[in-house]
Amino acid sequence: MASTSLVLRERGGAETTRRRALGRRLQRPGAWFSLPAAVLLVVFFAYPLATSLWQSLHATAGGVTTWVGLEQYARLFEDPLVGKSLANAGMILVVQVPLMIGLAVGLAYLLNQAWLRFRGGFRLLVFLPAVTTLVAYAVVFRVMLATDGGAINQLIGLVGIAPVDWLNNEWWARVALIAAITWRWTGYNMVIILAGLQSIPAELYEAARIDGAGRWQTFTRVVLPQLRPVLIFTTVTSTIGALQLFDENWILTEGGPNDATLTPVLYLYKVGFRQFDFGYASAIAWLLVGITAVIAFVQFRLMREKP
Amino acid sequence: MTVAPIRPAVRETIASSRAVAPASRVRRAVLRSPVYLALAVAAVVSVLPFAWMVIASTHTTADLFATPLPVLPGGELWANLARLEESVQFGRVMLNSALIAVIYTVFSSIVSVMCGYGLATYRFRGRGVLLGIVLVTMMIPMQVLLVPLFQMMASAGWIDTYQAVILPFLANAFGIFLMRQAFLDFPVSLVEAARIDGADELRTFYRIVLPVARPQVAALIIYTFISQWNAFIWPLLMLNTESNYTVPVALNTMIGLSRVDYSGLMLGSLLATLPLMLLFLVFQRQFVTGLLGGAVKG
Repeated sequence: MASTSLVLRERGGAETTRRRALGRRLQRPGAWFSLPAAVLLVVFFAYPLATSLWQSLHATAGGVTTWVGLEQYARLFEDPLVGKSLANAGMILVVQVPLMIGLAVGLAYLLNQAWLRFRGGFRLLVFLPAVTTLVAYAVVFRVMLATDGGAINQLIGLVGIAPVDWLNNEWWARVALIAAITWRWTGYNMVIILAGLQSIPAELYEAARIDGAGRWQTFTRVVLPQLRPVLIFTTVTSTIGALQLFDENWILTEGGPNDATLTPVLYLYKVGFRQFDFGYASAIAWLLVGITAVIAFVQFRLMREKP
Repeated sequence: MTVAPIRPAVRETIASSRAVAPASRVRRAVLRSPVYLALAVAAVVSVLPFAWMVIASTHTTADLFATPLPVLPGGELWANLARLEESVQFGRVMLNSALIAVIYTVFSSIVSVMCGYGLATYRFRGRGVLLGIVLVTMMIPMQVLLVPLFQMMASAGWIDTYQAVILPFLANAFGIFLMRQAFLDFPVSLVEAARIDGADELRTFYRIVLPVARPQVAALIIYTFISQWNAFIWPLLMLNTESNYTVPVALNTMIGLSRVDYSGLMLGSLLATLPLMLLFLVFQRQFVTGLLGGAVKG
């Protein structure tokens, strides 16, 4: 069984040789096919990327740009808001991602039961949040989470819980953000995991049953190990998503209260486009690149290791 | 792989539905009810915000915060729509979003499909470098590019134009990668055969290769459309007159107004979501394939 995720895999053997032979004959047209993308990538990716690196080594004051070496990067370590935004992203990683992946695995497992009725209907409904426009769902949550008379506070009021100041209290704002992201993305991850579940060969369940494994044992010893590549994929994409979080916390809280929901990208946006400190904004951007590179490296390692 | 055997769970169901005594059927129903309960809770939680969005968009703002909350649609839909149109030119904004998303989807898909095919089928000088750039692009957060791209657009005098929104992200690395994977599966002997028969490269591609990859191309188109329809931070930076806004940018502006029109916001959110919902209902299969995007390959 092949599970590729985003890991590149060239096919080997005869096919490759044939492709290479064909390729030699058809060099030029192949280049033409790729040319538009190549030009766009150089102009709108490689060039600005290099610019950003250059900018991160400079500072602009009073219209004069001067070389400051690694000074902008040194600022990162002294800036409490960098630490805070990373800590907020870290909290989402530690709390929201496991919560969501756990829920997604549980729901996918239940939906994969053959005896279940209305499977298609359940799957459709749980997947529905993934179909909303990002900003629109954040708007809806913002309205529902209003402190005075908001739908959520009225709902919890029905069971006698006092209104919560969701978006103006540091901790509740984080809870609200986590709830919103979980609502939006659980169904999406569930569908990916369900696809993974369905690619587990039936013989494995059979074998587990013959060996006398119970339901729980089958789940932990057969299902979870088989899901490993899919779980790594969903975890890594969710992790990168958490690092790049912007839309939701911008609409819900603009990073507040008291920077409790500030994330690195939101901070980058504020530094770059509110304070117009492009050099420092670029340094923050490259910090993100570094962290993403580490995550990607870990993903490759995890994918390569066999359990 | 050989013929798939019946899944154990299915077999169990078949066996038990035939020969099981009523008592154990009751027992089974009791055992299974928590599963239904859990799924029902998940389904309700998933749907509730949608339901509230629909109901809320037909009431006045005051109703949205009244006790008890309205549970049935009210009669304010047209009034809300009129106010939405008046405050942020919502019709124009929807049109902008649609136009930008369609143009982006057409050109970005063409670029991705062509590049993916080129990378999968031919060997040419620079191919390795190009593939490398594509992979790096996928891993580098697009936020790194915000500042320099902003400056590029500013010096080109393109701030507040549609091309500034569309052009920089036209070469979509993920799309290119997806298409490359799709075309790698295509038997290269068919390309050779067409060539021997005298078809030129474009014709071969258009007539022989492309039709086979139709499902993946459909998934790419849908994925591309969704990503542009949802795009927020870049259009937010680029567009600064109201009549040029896209839907997410317009919704963002409404939140910033001194007196927030909440029922208008709910209606705006509903209208922003409707195109994706319709797309989803019509193209469910492709939609899911597009979202999965190479996550699982059996």
